[in-house]
Amino acid sequence: MEITDQTIEYVSALAKLSLQPEEKEKAKKDLGNILTYIDMMKELDTDGIEPMSHAFSMKNVFRDDVVTNEDNREELLKNAPKQKDGCFMVPKTVD
Amino acid sequence: MKAYETVIGLEVHVELATKSKIFCGCTTQFGGEVNTHCCPVCMGMPGTLPVLNKKVVEFAIAAGLALNCEITRNCKFDRKNYFYPDLPKAYQVSQLYLPICRNGSIDIEVDGVKKSIGIHEIHMEEDAGKLVHDPWEDCTLVDYNRCGVPLIEIVSEPDMRSAEEVIAYLEKLKLILQYLGVSDCKMQEGSLRADINLSIREVGATEFGTRTEMKNMNSFKAIARAIEGERKRQIEVLEYGKKVIQETRRWDDNKDTSFAMRSKEDAQDYRYFPEPDLVPIEISEEWLTEIKRREPELRDAKMLRYVKEYEIPEYDAGIITGSKNLADIFEATVALCNKPKEVSNWIMVETMRLLKESEQEVEELKLSPAKFASLIELIDAGKINRTIAKEVFEQIFKSDVDPKTYIEEHGLGMVSDDGLLRSTIENILKENEQSVSDYKNGKEKAFGFLVGQTMKVMKGKANPSVINEILRELLSKV
Amino acid sequence: MEITRLTAIELSNKIKQKELSVEEAVMASLSMIKKREPYYQSYISVMEEDALAQARKIQAALEAGNFADSPLVGVPIAVKDNICTKGVATTCASKILENFIPPYNASVVDRLKEAGAIILGKTNMDEFAMGSTTETSYFGATKNPWNTDCVPGGSSGGSAAAVAAEEAFVALGSDTGGSIRQPSAFCGVTGIKPTYGTVSRYGLIAYASSLDQIGPIARSVSDCAATLQVISGADDKDTTCVKSASYDYMSALKSDVKGLRIGIPRGYFSEGLDPEVKKGVLGAVAVFKEQGAIVEEFDLDAVDYAIPAYYVIASAEASSNLSRYDGVKYGYRSADFDGLQELYKKTRSEGFGEEVKRRMMIGAFVLSSGYYDAYYNKALKVKALIKQGFDRAFERFDIILGPTAPTTALKLGDSLSDPVKMYLGDIYTVSVNMAGLPAISIPCGLSKGGVSSNKSDGIPSSKSYGMPIGLQLIGRPFGERDIIRAAYTLEKTNSYLRPTLND
Repeated sequence: MEITDQTIEYVSALAKLSLQPEEKEKAKKDLGNILTYIDMMKELDTDGIEPMSHAFSMKNVFRDDVVTNEDNREELLKNAPKQKDGCFMVPKTVD
Repeated sequence: MKAYETVIGLEVHVELATKSKIFCGCTTQFGGEVNTHCCPVCMGMPGTLPVLNKKVVEFAIAAGLALNCEITRNCKFDRKNYFYPDLPKAYQVSQLYLPICRNGSIDIEVDGVKKSIGIHEIHMEEDAGKLVHDPWEDCTLVDYNRCGVPLIEIVSEPDMRSAEEVIAYLEKLKLILQYLGVSDCKMQEGSLRADINLSIREVGATEFGTRTEMKNMNSFKAIARAIEGERKRQIEVLEYGKKVIQETRRWDDNKDTSFAMRSKEDAQDYRYFPEPDLVPIEISEEWLTEIKRREPELRDAKMLRYVKEYEIPEYDAGIITGSKNLADIFEATVALCNKPKEVSNWIMVETMRLLKESEQEVEELKLSPAKFASLIELIDAGKINRTIAKEVFEQIFKSDVDPKTYIEEHGLGMVSDDGLLRSTIENILKENEQSVSDYKNGKEKAFGFLVGQTMKVMKGKANPSVINEILRELLSKV
Repeated sequence: MEITRLTAIELSNKIKQKELSVEEAVMASLSMIKKREPYYQSYISVMEEDALAQARKIQAALEAGNFADSPLVGVPIAVKDNICTKGVATTCASKILENFIPPYNASVVDRLKEAGAIILGKTNMDEFAMGSTTETSYFGATKNPWNTDCVPGGSSGGSAAAVAAEEAFVALGSDTGGSIRQPSAFCGVTGIKPTYGTVSRYGLIAYASSLDQIGPIARSVSDCAATLQVISGADDKDTTCVKSASYDYMSALKSDVKGLRIGIPRGYFSEGLDPEVKKGVLGAVAVFKEQGAIVEEFDLDAVDYAIPAYYVIASAEASSNLSRYDGVKYGYRSADFDGLQELYKKTRSEGFGEEVKRRMMIGAFVLSSGYYDAYYNKALKVKALIKQGFDRAFERFDIILGPTAPTTALKLGDSLSDPVKMYLGDIYTVSVNMAGLPAISIPCGLSKGGVSSNKSDGIPSSKSYGMPIGLQLIGRPFGERDIIRAAYTLEKTNSYLRPTLND
């Protein structure tokens, strides 16, 4: 499958990656090869087959509506690359 | 100008009234210090997994049943993928392919005209966190307290044609959800949020026009204004021969106008796929029956019952049941004092007056049924008269005082003491000979004056029927 | 007696009988790690002080009469670095999580600790478990203890190498498409990928959630069975981990395959299989027949399409699972960026390696608008057909047998150049994950003087020295006991083949 510049830009934008020109060329080639290989799947007749996301029919596993957690902010913020006033800090978001 | 018709559909997000979040044991309580209602699961830390809160499913089913929906017997969750700092996993667990409820409807009434509004679907999902702008460092701070609070999104059909219909729909929806106990629907706390899809078409057209979506509405009034504003804007666009662009707009209620939201850097491609960390939900007939059986009395049924069982006027029953909070206070108070008419009167007159004076919403009203009932019992037992009762009620309303204690502390108990009243009245008769003779000459008005004088001396606390009795007796002897 | 050469069960028995202290066991492992890590690089981090502190605690508890029933008390165990350990860095061998310290343990880590096992350290792996060589690790490649010019396999290469190099008695790995079995085969040790839903995934940093399972790697079937018994069982924190009838795997350790029906898919011995591997596997078949098993060939449907479907599903789930690494809450954050979008893009572009980026892009593509049905949904249908094929096979057979990998361990650097070729190495393993089945890889001899090479396009050839061959036994859903019994029977006919280790 031929991967266009447009496609590679689209998928890298979706994945939030910025690729250097040479990376982009390599990604185009690799993705093309991989998708060509994956397209082999199309040979298999799957008409009338239900898509299966879980291999076994597990269902209805729930928890009860009970509060079990307490404030643990200090622990949760320990890994934050940048924090302020008990919050995670990011560049300004504009709507 | 041509005649236009406004076509409106709503997406209403409702935060469910569960104690804990949808996928973890964190509290859903509103407020709280930033990031203190969080855990590794709702913060999407590596390796953590969601565990579905059963109550969320039951609330969604209850809402679906009350909104006349078909319940999807085999439903599951999907992931909606997008990057934003308020979404810690960079995907929202939601439902796309098999939402839990579909094809419902509710009836509304505007100006005496009845109409059915279709419900396209209801799906379950998790709420996102909150972003706060920090002006000092010109950055954004992220608080995940609301992240993972369970939501249902109720998507209507584009069946509404005016702001009045939208408000009627929202009010009806709100009452149903509140009566079900599914949500408190507090708009000011964000537990009921509406996105408005609006388009314009010429009257008689069969195709829909291009719609815009408006977000950021936090009150019914703002919604009504936003609809009016956007309707006008779209008509203007069309009248100028231009085309309405499909976009998301943000309503700014202060400026009374909407703005196109900056289009996100890349196309919205949410790449939904089945959530592999959660197993499917199978809803059995028994489970449905059980949820239906547990359904509380809803507004319409309650109103009828008030009229029939308590014999209160239909109008009053309508006002009281028009707020779940008010109806709860009413019923709890009646349960304690067993005087429905009396309770209803206090609500209809004094409560409404005080609410209006204090500019309070009826949903915010906090009135202790125990104290309310105790006040009514005190009146009934002749411990205080009605004038004093009004004062005490106001104190209960404003400061949650205990009526008995308040009356004692302020010496407001009614005086029925025969000796004290008799000597007081004897003095009054001496001081008001003219009135006495007027009475003797058949002027009944003079009697009222003498009662009033007695009350004045007694600082309003005297038992009026005892005054009457003694006064008539003493006057007959003059 | 060299302590580190004991099996886990032998060691815990000696500890229980007070022939050895837990501290002695841990010190023996730590000194072996110090001696051999320069050659093999199995570990990303070694928890020296913590392990010794644990040892003293467990020893005291043991003396107070606890842990009498635990088969793993005092046993030093290594844990793959995608399994969370409270207070200890858990990196997934990625720059993006280099400094991530989880405030929680994975459920399996809690279970091991409750059984009195000692966590020694965190093992190397392919970045985010994406790879089959352990070469995509941000921290550098692990070497195969049989030949340091070769890869240990992957993605749990550090775990398999640590066990083979006697730097741990047992190790935990994770298996999404073969990541426990293939490195076990390459390093000459035994590894089990349990039935999906047998072991809790809570605390396992997800690669592909619908396929991932944690499992044990050890130098004997018995050690694997004991470890699996400790870590398996329903967990309130993982709703895909459901209660099964029995987790008693140790009682399946019986040398008896009489009447056991073993099926061999015909396609398993076609082109692409190293003849030495074929020979090794057929040798094991002969043993099973000799021991009274009934072995037959059959056609396994749809299995040829397992690899493409696997890469669609795994990449799609990975693209979603790995989106959370955005420089906001934990992990790496680019030092220099302008605005939110650049924070995301630079952090992720600098933090992830090439293979991970590739899979995230494939995943984004197959889920993107307009392609979902042709790729993702199609793959889920292929998955359903693969499952049906296995279901039919298990109506006739108790176990399905085949090679674990088409070759023995490849030379370092040989696989990375062509991703598609690397993916083909998963031919025997991925279908098992797709169908959620349990499987074990167990050594079945050495290749005759040779390292496999897939550099040429033709049949892989063997060169100079012997490398371990892995046999894979696949069981029916929750049929771990069957494969453990068969593997144990085979193991009893051979003695453990030990590499010549650098000291």
